[in-house]
Amino acid sequence: MRWLRYGEHGALVECGSLAEAGALRAVLADAHHPDVVELVPGARTVLLAVRPGSAALGELRELAESADLDHPPAGEPSEIEIDVHYDGEDLELVARTAGIGVDEVVELHTGAEYTVAFTGFAPGFGYLTGLPEPLRQSRLDSPRTRVPAGSVAVAGEFAGIYPRSSPGGWRLLGHTDTVLFDPKADRPALLTPGDRVRFRKAS
Amino acid sequence: MRTLEVVTTGPSALVQDLGRPGHAHLGVPPSGALDQAALRLANRLAGNPEHAAGIEATFGGLVVRAATSCTAAVTGAPVAVTVDGRGRGSHVPIHLRPGQELAIGTPSRGLRCYLAVSGGIIVEPELGSRSRDVLSEIGPPPLRDGDVLPLGQATGIPAGADTLAPPAPPDELTVPVTLGPRDDWFDVTGLSAAWTVTAESNRIGLRLDGTPLDRVAERAGTELPSEGILTGAIQVPPNGLPVVFLADHPTTGGYPVVAVVRPGSLSALAQARPGTTLRFRSSG
Repeated sequence: MRWLRYGEHGALVECGSLAEAGALRAVLADAHHPDVVELVPGARTVLLAVRPGSAALGELRELAESADLDHPPAGEPSEIEIDVHYDGEDLELVARTAGIGVDEVVELHTGAEYTVAFTGFAPGFGYLTGLPEPLRQSRLDSPRTRVPAGSVAVAGEFAGIYPRSSPGGWRLLGHTDTVLFDPKADRPALLTPGDRVRFRKAS
Repeated sequence: MRTLEVVTTGPSALVQDLGRPGHAHLGVPPSGALDQAALRLANRLAGNPEHAAGIEATFGGLVVRAATSCTAAVTGAPVAVTVDGRGRGSHVPIHLRPGQELAIGTPSRGLRCYLAVSGGIIVEPELGSRSRDVLSEIGPPPLRDGDVLPLGQATGIPAGADTLAPPAPPDELTVPVTLGPRDDWFDVTGLSAAWTVTAESNRIGLRLDGTPLDRVAERAGTELPSEGILTGAIQVPPNGLPVVFLADHPTTGGYPVVAVVRPGSLSALAQARPGTTLRFRSSG
């Protein structure tokens, strides 16, 4: 774990793996420190921003360095099930690349349990870990200029769902009607770091 | 209900308050007025709490009509302000009677003007803020001619006759930065060279032109897994031309951040119009 300075009131903590970053995020979130302004997990990092003049960075560093990252606090993750219509434009391509049938792609995708590792790209977009090996495939060579909202997709080690229409290069398996982000809702983002997700085949 | 009518928006008029920090883990940028000092001042002059929502007018040109009696103030880039055609000046409280029109001219220096009106603009907040985030498209849509904006009840006392000289944004800025987190990826001496603010700059970030920043040999071609971004981060994409992230920045990104602008300089960056020269100076 390496603490890097990030401006006057921040620190970027570099971890050895995605799992370690997830554990560190859980430890830091569990502290509920009142002076933390932002706590942003990344693929190998956790970014902290604190109130100017606060001693929070030092206190949290001490906490992090003494924490048992093999057994992070569980927190209170939501368990979310998302119904998917497996009709994505890249479903055949993903099956072919994996050397399996379309049905097996659906079985693999619905059979796994995912964790929201971090967010970004757009409000409510969660990078989900737990993707079965055969579905870990590279981004499209040429990204689409428009991916429809609700598209359920995979890229690299991650699964994800486009909360709204945007350009994108992930491989599309299908779509969901579930609302991923609503800025007017009490809980605006369906997916928050640490949450558990399962996909279900919509009938 | 007290209201304010937008007669003409000018090039870009957005409702802004102090933003919605604290949601970056959901992928939501902080947003808020780019020149926060100017919005706070406008609110004080209009008798509002500093966090009330006002209008950020880029390149001026905003004309509003008071439907009810109110106190207004224009701050930020120094600019001509008229009421029904009569010159009134910026950085002063201005009383408007029902039906009177306040017009903001085009600033000769700087970029963004802030209009505060007593009671503040009380459009529906999203995630605790009335700021328009142009990246995420959260918050009230960009204002259009003819929009009628609801105002809250005026409660405070306008900051009397304290006339403040508008700041004159310089043509060349020196911007203090804190090096890191990824300063070891670059030859950072290039930061102090002259950079020019380009016309592609917006509320998401200032895009700079100049001599590309070189990566050190051992980092050439290295990919960076996505990591969090804060306002003021100077991110360097593979072309070596830095982007200074402003309030509507993406919350994570896959290019290294070489340094972070000190918070006290963000207001000056908000007023840096295309063509402005700036140099970064690392301090501590």
